[in-house]
Amino acid sequence: MSESGHRVPLLEVEKLEVSFFTQHGVVRAVRGTTFDIARGETVGLVGESGSGKSVTSLAILGLIDLPGKITGGDVRWKGSSLLNRAGLKWVKQVRGKELAIVFQDPMTSLNPLFTLRWQIGEVLRHHLGMGRKRAEERVVELLDLVGIPSPRERAKAYPHELSGGQRQRALIAMALACEPELLIADEPTTALDVTIQAQILELIGEIQQRLGLAVLLVTHDLGVVAGVCDRVVVMYGGKIMERGSATDVFQHPGHPYTAGLLRSTPRIDLAQHRMIGIDGSPPNMIDPPPGCPFAPRCPIAFDRCVEPPPFIPAPNGREVACWRAYDT
Amino acid sequence: MGRFAIGRIVHGVVVVFCVAIVVFATSRLVGDPVGVILPFEATHEQRAALRHQLGFDRPILEQFGEYITNLARGDFGTSLLQDRPTISIVLEHLPATFELVFAGIALAILIAVPLGVVAAVRPGSLVDRMSVSLSLLGLSVPEFFLGILLILFFAVELGVLPASGKGGIEHLILPALTLALPAVGRLTMIARSSMIDQLGQAYVQTAKAKGIPRWRVVGIHALRNALIPVLTLSGWELMRALAGYAVTVETVFAWPGVGYLAFQAVREQDVFLVQTIVLVVAVLVVFVNVGIDILYRVVDPRIKLG
Amino acid sequence: MSSTTRESVDAGHERDVVRGRLYGVSHALRSGLSELWLDKAGLLGLTVIVLIIACAVFAPWLAPHEPSEQSLLNRLTPPFQSWDHPLGTDGVGKDELSQLLYGARTSLVVGGAVVLLSGTFGIVLGLFAGYRGGRWDSTVMRVVDVQVAFPGLLLALTILTVVPPSLKSVIVVLALNGWMVYARMTRGIVLQARETPYVEAAEIVGCKPRRVIFKHILPHLASPLLTLAVLEFAGIVVAEAALSFLGLGIQPPEVSWGLMVASGREYLFTAWWVATWPGIAISVLVLAVNLFASWLRVAADPQQRDRRFAQTSRLTQTTETR
Repeated sequence: MSESGHRVPLLEVEKLEVSFFTQHGVVRAVRGTTFDIARGETVGLVGESGSGKSVTSLAILGLIDLPGKITGGDVRWKGSSLLNRAGLKWVKQVRGKELAIVFQDPMTSLNPLFTLRWQIGEVLRHHLGMGRKRAEERVVELLDLVGIPSPRERAKAYPHELSGGQRQRALIAMALACEPELLIADEPTTALDVTIQAQILELIGEIQQRLGLAVLLVTHDLGVVAGVCDRVVVMYGGKIMERGSATDVFQHPGHPYTAGLLRSTPRIDLAQHRMIGIDGSPPNMIDPPPGCPFAPRCPIAFDRCVEPPPFIPAPNGREVACWRAYDT
Repeated sequence: MGRFAIGRIVHGVVVVFCVAIVVFATSRLVGDPVGVILPFEATHEQRAALRHQLGFDRPILEQFGEYITNLARGDFGTSLLQDRPTISIVLEHLPATFELVFAGIALAILIAVPLGVVAAVRPGSLVDRMSVSLSLLGLSVPEFFLGILLILFFAVELGVLPASGKGGIEHLILPALTLALPAVGRLTMIARSSMIDQLGQAYVQTAKAKGIPRWRVVGIHALRNALIPVLTLSGWELMRALAGYAVTVETVFAWPGVGYLAFQAVREQDVFLVQTIVLVVAVLVVFVNVGIDILYRVVDPRIKLG
Repeated sequence: MSSTTRESVDAGHERDVVRGRLYGVSHALRSGLSELWLDKAGLLGLTVIVLIIACAVFAPWLAPHEPSEQSLLNRLTPPFQSWDHPLGTDGVGKDELSQLLYGARTSLVVGGAVVLLSGTFGIVLGLFAGYRGGRWDSTVMRVVDVQVAFPGLLLALTILTVVPPSLKSVIVVLALNGWMVYARMTRGIVLQARETPYVEAAEIVGCKPRRVIFKHILPHLASPLLTLAVLEFAGIVVAEAALSFLGLGIQPPEVSWGLMVASGREYLFTAWWVATWPGIAISVLVLAVNLFASWLRVAADPQQRDRRFAQTSRLTQTTETR
């Protein structure tokens, strides 16, 4: 797949810019992000909190609200824009049907006043025009699919009657209701216990294989990405630092930030591995300087880093935005 | 659920009992009903005779015991002016008050909820600013003065609505509106702020991501959650109206309900009638309170079986 | 390092801390004032309150007549007709303007006295309940619960039928009705504050309870209680007016706005102004206090300030319509 030049991209994000207009200034959360996802592919969008990865995923679905605004770039679904006049209409049909998302916090992401059956069924009733009875039957199937025990009873439960892991499963069921072509999983495991985390990831992988959908896995956890993803996009300070196939990026990180991130990730496979943090703190996103956002924390930064670095290509469609790419 | 309801009812009974104690204490300890009942120039002997007739010369605990047993038997005393059981006078006036209070609060909810929701969905918009202004006005203009303004405008100036009394629906409009406005102020604000609060919740994001229309996200997902505090406050408003605003508003419009009756009874210093009104209204308030608490639990599945 | 330099370093450090604290206070004050300036409604409220206080204080100099001076020759003089009675006269020829000016005294005195009385009582009980906890807490809160459920105006009615109504009895009755809110809020904040790590730490270190209350918990209470007191003040002004309107409050020849409205009710069809002026006076005072209170609430809570900004900024509107 990686060498074929004529991949049909399902989703293309091009030079996306998102800003939040706050009292303290304009927070430029996403600054020219470009990547794409093909059918059936799993892409990891990696970065620490505040890197703009979650905002990117919200922007794809057209869910940037109130003080936030998409200020530039484009998001294309199956080749046509979701941001122009026609796209704004189209995204409403696509959202929740072909393009679904699972959010970070299962504890608060379900409406506390409605049963699972009603909440999940709502998607089916709306997008597929199912009647109430049929939708409820399908909800039971979906709950079964995501591994919720005795789904027929659980369908009648309210969110507060479920554990965190079960709620996340229910949210996944909701996202899968219309058999989407792309599932965006925005930190799907962050709020869960470690043991449950693995189960949820396994579930997502399993479902992907079974249904053949594409997955955009948004996470700060490199360990998660390494196990599941075909390709990786690394973000920092609203910009893409590096993208390429998961194996390439992890074996030979091309950007000093990726390298630092890898060093600070706990690993079980290497007994002698020492975790090393990255010095400094994430950049202030109000009026950031034009150069590389990582430069102030970068161990190998030099004069030129005040200029925005270009993407320096490497085989396998890999690109690194650094003046000293592949130096590490 | 059942146990919870029983707990609330017991609490209500305690409250009513406390009210009875206060009523009793104010009449026997704080003030002197005999002084109120008899004319100023009454002789000492006349006073002593009445005191004896009412049993006020017996030990206080004995009096209290008799008072409570009488209440339990439904004997609330006799009106000094009308010379018949106070309770039947109060019960006669109750339906008019119910009519006014329910109309007023229903009107308030019907105005406040849509207004608050629109204001929350479009913060800073014209509707939002209007809703804030209206609430401030509702909170600031005392209800008795509002009633007078409405009379001045609709009855005196335009002459389209009656200024006082009870009759057809046209008699109900002004008093109900007067009763509604203070509640509209508070209910709009609570509806607005709880809606803003709910719209910021994660589940709203989920609902949006489902691709359902915006009106469903706002009008079903967020609104249903936002209505819980509105419901609680509406209960409070109902109690406030019954126990407070009814007196002033009914007085302004000479609306023949319990509130106007209370005003007249106080004027005439009909001590036992006032006491009966207070007890009956206290019971009503307790009922509303219990009802709201139970309803609250029905609406919100999270606090079932409290 | 010699001991003298260390001392001077310490002293310098201390100075910095003090300066820092002063800076913090003055900064809060300044940002509060600039907020007040930005929030024109709050400023308007404060101005009106100050004006009304001035009217009340200088009433004897400002008023053209004695408020109780009757002149049956000048009954129901319409407003804006003579300099002698700029706002007209009522049914017994008392000057409206003079009554309004003196009436402000009643409203402010009753409002202030009731807030002071019920506030003190409620806060002390709330502190006690919140800090002692256990049986004390549940007893106090049970009393609060019962009293909250007890309809306030009715309590006033029962008391005021048997006790002759007067300024004093109105204050007492309203104070009896108002203390619960303070107790409830104080207790809530105390309980919350006790959970915070630094109060727990202070207790573990062995600070005396009184010290913990005064040094660590009271500062938390200041701004919410102030806002509550201001809001309650508005409520009390209305309550006094309502009682006086019903004839259960201030009695003539003393002056009260509520009483004035009541006396104007008879003349609704002939002399609109008699009930209207005092009604407007009450509404304006209460509105001003409410505006001031809502500014106070926002100014005291930085989170609210941000939220308000986000809500009112133009930008948010443009994205909204997108």
